[in-house]
Amino acid sequence: MAKQFWCVGWLLVFMAANGGCGGESSEAIGKLVVTGSSTVAPLVAEIAKRFEQHYPHVRIDVQTGGSSRGISDVRRGLADVGMVSRAITSDEADLYGYLIALDGVCVIVHRDNPVRELTDKQIIDIYTGAITNWRAVSGRDTPIVVVNKAEGRSTLEVFLKHFRLASDRIKASVIIGDNQQGIKTVAGNPAAIGYVSIGAAQYEAEHAASIKILPMGGVAGTVENVSSGLFPLVRPLNLITNDEPIELARQFIEFACSDSVRDLVMEQYFVALSR
Amino acid sequence: MLIWGLRACAAVAGSVVLLIVLFLVTESLPVLGHMGWSRFLTDASWHPAGDAAEGTFNLTPIVVGTLATTAGSVMIVVPLGLISAVFCCYYAPPVLARCYRRLIELLAGIPSVVYGFWGLVVLVPLVRRFEPPGPSLLAGVLILTVMILPTIALTAEAAMMNVPRAYLHGAAALGLSKRATLWGVVIPAAKSGVLTGVILGIGRAIGETMAILMVCGNIVQVPTSVFDPVRTLTANIALEMAYAMGDHRSALFVSGLVLMGLIMVLVIVAETISKRESHG
Amino acid sequence: MVEAVLPAGWLDNSYRSVCPVWLDRCVTLCVWGVAAAVTAVFVCIVGDLVWHGIGQVSWSFIVDLPRDAGRAGGIGPMIVSTGLILTVCLAVSVPVGLGTAVLLAEFSSDHRLFGVLVRRSLDVLAGVPSIVFGLFGSAFFCVYLRMGYSILAGGLTLACMVLPILIRSVEAGIRSVPEEYRLGAAALGLTRGRAVWHLLLPAASPGVIVGLVLGIGRAIAETAALIFTSGYVTRMPESLLDSGRSLSIHIYDLSMNVAGGDANAYATALVLMVCLLVINWVASVVADGCLCRRLIRV
Repeated sequence: MAKQFWCVGWLLVFMAANGGCGGESSEAIGKLVVTGSSTVAPLVAEIAKRFEQHYPHVRIDVQTGGSSRGISDVRRGLADVGMVSRAITSDEADLYGYLIALDGVCVIVHRDNPVRELTDKQIIDIYTGAITNWRAVSGRDTPIVVVNKAEGRSTLEVFLKHFRLASDRIKASVIIGDNQQGIKTVAGNPAAIGYVSIGAAQYEAEHAASIKILPMGGVAGTVENVSSGLFPLVRPLNLITNDEPIELARQFIEFACSDSVRDLVMEQYFVALSR
Repeated sequence: MLIWGLRACAAVAGSVVLLIVLFLVTESLPVLGHMGWSRFLTDASWHPAGDAAEGTFNLTPIVVGTLATTAGSVMIVVPLGLISAVFCCYYAPPVLARCYRRLIELLAGIPSVVYGFWGLVVLVPLVRRFEPPGPSLLAGVLILTVMILPTIALTAEAAMMNVPRAYLHGAAALGLSKRATLWGVVIPAAKSGVLTGVILGIGRAIGETMAILMVCGNIVQVPTSVFDPVRTLTANIALEMAYAMGDHRSALFVSGLVLMGLIMVLVIVAETISKRESHG
Repeated sequence: MVEAVLPAGWLDNSYRSVCPVWLDRCVTLCVWGVAAAVTAVFVCIVGDLVWHGIGQVSWSFIVDLPRDAGRAGGIGPMIVSTGLILTVCLAVSVPVGLGTAVLLAEFSSDHRLFGVLVRRSLDVLAGVPSIVFGLFGSAFFCVYLRMGYSILAGGLTLACMVLPILIRSVEAGIRSVPEEYRLGAAALGLTRGRAVWHLLLPAASPGVIVGLVLGIGRAIAETAALIFTSGYVTRMPESLLDSGRSLSIHIYDLSMNVAGGDANAYATALVLMVCLLVINWVASVVADGCLCRRLIRV
């Protein structure tokens, strides 16, 4: 009996697979694959959904896997469009980049931490291990838990560049990957300091999470200050293509850069470009 | 005819690992080709960003971290798993045993990201109360213990259920107490099943990524106490793969290769120990 | 055969003076203590899920499409995708796994090279981290075999992943079947194939069920391997070659990438647990039914 069951199962698999093949070839013109940064993916997925509503015969598959995957997939032709959550480097000058939004990077501490502000010098000292106790920056007498990002992450690069630090000088107590992990780590530890994406931090600070955003050089870390250009730590969110984009890819990129997705950018707590 | 069919199945199953090794080797060849193995042992630290010339690629502390978390959790979980299985088979009334088994089955299917979350929100603050900073080897060991408990408990239980009843009747006839029966009859008879569970458990522990990444702190260092943060090979790959380019990316695949080597060694050690014990 | 559990207190009347009573008491206490501790941890984890998630769960949450990156709306397509991925995974891994387990346990002596090689490679496979499976699956199934990001590729990657669990558990189950069964089958003149099918697999059903349950658990909980293979798309899948987001990826994305996604992440995890409970129950019943009934018929 089990044998029959398996036979039927296999048959279904093959039927479904064949059906899929047929369907794909007839719609091939209308399909776009976008891969890359997990930070940008939720935003682009929402943009894609709206684009699909405008053009019902188009299908846009948004995949994640990180900025480097976006670049390598675009280079190898596995994806039509890539998503990169950092600036395009000189190694990637052959690619076409399109800025769709900005994202600020802000320093956060636990909400119960009495420290209201840190100077750039103090932040550098904390991250390089010259200051190891909150008392030294007029906080409580507890050792500082330094939360750093993993090697290669774009928030780390923005942070290092702004404070002119080299990554091997940083003495961290915790290293994290994704943004939300950073927020949760700091929210769970009254002695922690970390830096994360501004939009997410602002959302979480306004809602439940017990974190506090520290101002940078007197400028409060808010989405508004990033979009007005006052806030110093900013990273671009880009779409990239290997060649000059044509047809559907061009349409999609133009749509993603246009004002008709402004509300989506803000809904995902990123900074819309002022045009 | 039948045997060839079975051999085909086994060949498919066995070749998967070959394909994976092949894949890892091709991906890590660029960096191994112009750098060789030695730098993964002798470099000053792990700062792989950039190309081979400016990066440093010492994997030793990460290997130590991996071994420490795995060994710690396996040492805790083997007795726990065995006792859980014994509870289910011989102590709990049938209804309770069935509930308990369902519960353990559910534990087996909780996504590791949920474990990680729970670890980050509950376990890490708990550890921090004893000794800051909180994210630590200990937190990693504890979360792994919870995660691999089902594997060992369920396989051990299945093995115990298959212990022939005649053995138990024999033990009862000899007037052995429950404890003596379990220790002297049931556990030895269920040994091969338990060993299977242990090997699968080691595999799960060493290959676990998401939860470990959230609770271990991920600092590249050789831990000096259980409260020190550590990084494991899997966390290394998961943390950095998303943005790694060029040599950095290849170096992460080397982490993968090292991991496979470690597993191979651990499995051989586990089997040798069990063989020696069964002969001794 | 499955009900090998003896009634509680089966040895209470036995002759006790062989070893001290207090030691037995201690052991009993310890066993109950461990069980209680495990239950407590379970209650703590699942209680956390229920506490934070139950408020969001409703019928519309289960059937609706997600909106606003998953912060609002439901998880309908993810449930369908998860089901399809799991089906593909089991359709491939169960036959291959059973076949391999039977070969290893019955047809290959312990020292034959082929058997040793396969067993070793499976042990190594059991420890390969899921992210490596993901990268491998994407290079092999998605790119080399041209499946693209698809449910099929995801299911096949998962099949590779659960094979060692399945094979090892089933093999252990078969090995623990008493020798008398085989001798009896041989005496009855059953061919080895029939002996395996009608006698050994049914007798090994605890092992088979454990293998299935652990395999399904691993598959349904998998995140990293699926991000790179079955993908991230939240559309309702139309065929196995469509990309589809699984529940576990949805949980991961909501909790790690989407600010304010926690509530729905908890709710999704809760739904996942309920699905798992049902699937485990069905798997046990089906495996039990298929295997044990046959044993009685013989």
